[in-house]
Amino acid sequence: MSVIKLPESIEDVVVNLLRLANTKLPQDIGWALESAAAWEPNAIASTQLGAVLDNVRKAGLLGRPMCQDTGIPVFYVKGGYDPSIADAIARGVERATREIPLRPNTVDPLTRENDGRNLGRGMPVIHHLPSDGDYTEITVLVKGAGSENMTRLGMLDPSDGVAGVMRFVVDAVLDAGGRPCPPGVVGVGIGGMADECVAMAKRVLARPIDEENPDPVLREMEEDLFVRLNGSGLGPMGLGGSATVLAVRIDKAHCHTASLPVAVNIGCWATRRASVRLGAGDAVYSQGAWL
Amino acid sequence: MAVKRIRLPLSRDDVRGLRIGEVVSASGPLVTGRDAVQMRALDYHDRGKVVPKELEGATLFHCGPIMARGPNGWTVVAAGPTTSARMDKAGPEMIRTFSVRAVIGKGGMSQDVLEAMREVGCVYLAATGGTAVSLAESLPRVRGVEWEDLGMAEAMWLLEAENLGPLVVAMDAHGNSLYEDVRRSLKRS
Repeated sequence: MSVIKLPESIEDVVVNLLRLANTKLPQDIGWALESAAAWEPNAIASTQLGAVLDNVRKAGLLGRPMCQDTGIPVFYVKGGYDPSIADAIARGVERATREIPLRPNTVDPLTRENDGRNLGRGMPVIHHLPSDGDYTEITVLVKGAGSENMTRLGMLDPSDGVAGVMRFVVDAVLDAGGRPCPPGVVGVGIGGMADECVAMAKRVLARPIDEENPDPVLREMEEDLFVRLNGSGLGPMGLGGSATVLAVRIDKAHCHTASLPVAVNIGCWATRRASVRLGAGDAVYSQGAWL
Repeated sequence: MAVKRIRLPLSRDDVRGLRIGEVVSASGPLVTGRDAVQMRALDYHDRGKVVPKELEGATLFHCGPIMARGPNGWTVVAAGPTTSARMDKAGPEMIRTFSVRAVIGKGGMSQDVLEAMREVGCVYLAATGGTAVSLAESLPRVRGVEWEDLGMAEAMWLLEAENLGPLVVAMDAHGNSLYEDVRRSLKRS
């Protein structure tokens, strides 16, 4: 955690957040990877986990993005609503793209035109979370396409129940195979409406994986899925082995009595995030999100 | 695990000597190419337009790197493999048309691609997804760039590898796929 005295503009803060998230893996994810490497019995899987850990060390030392897919940054802003923050975040994204550098990833969905700024219609992605606190928190989750493309939403029948939800998650992860760069974090949303269900599945990826789920039922489901997925044999990069997921994170919301939505949003081994808390006179950075 | 050193470009015989489960590191010339390169290369070929000669018999790296232009030309900043399954549809045609000898990527490719690999003599080498800094260090020279108009991620970068790895032989020229073997034995309970 580092404390920086303000004045530091939101634009500067966003550049700092993106640099931190892209070049330094959060400690909880790093520990989980090291523990997976220590336990892995499969020889090929061990080469993959070794290569990942080696890469993380080099990225940190050289201050380079650990993955070439620097993704699309998803911003969660918690605090009072400030209409000027979207422009400031956009300026930060554009500058970070040049300075770090980040790969220019955003394109028009139909023409595939890329103006090189990581901006464009609907960008940057910003979610506002209302809060009564006298500070503003910004968390960025860096989301690459390899994992994002494996997102699944199921509008299950209520009669499918918990067993149906569990089956849906297992299938989503195993059918994705090596494509989302396992072992990573599996985000699960249960309930809500379709859009909120997917939003929950993504938002939980911004929570540190060593932070216990406060809901005992969800916690048990997380542990059960963790054991089942790591016993599946999929392994790192889908090449076989034990380490298939680092963690499963679940959130839920009430839903319609005739619905049972479930969404899976996967974070790759490089589940990258960084947060900042902006108080009266300082900016406190952390990679254990407060979200 | 023992790592076998291989020299690029691979000959048909080199390729047939590789088996799934082997771990290699590769040195020599390769080209990057993913969605857009594959589409344009096949389109140009169909219409009789000139395609960069480096594609013939190439080692094709499914990668959209981060590149930086300095006073001494281009350097590779970050270069990990991208998801190869996106190239499944035109993959067999790509391998057959240009006699691609090796594809470096992640996540594997379809049964149709495996069949084309067996027929032509081509292997799929799995690089560790996301290890972009380590792999960039093993790509010390940039020989050039083709089709730069496709953008940084999609352009065809002509690179020189030095002990690029570890690369797992995950689909070989004998019809074997490690991904298929893993998929078949998955426990879903």
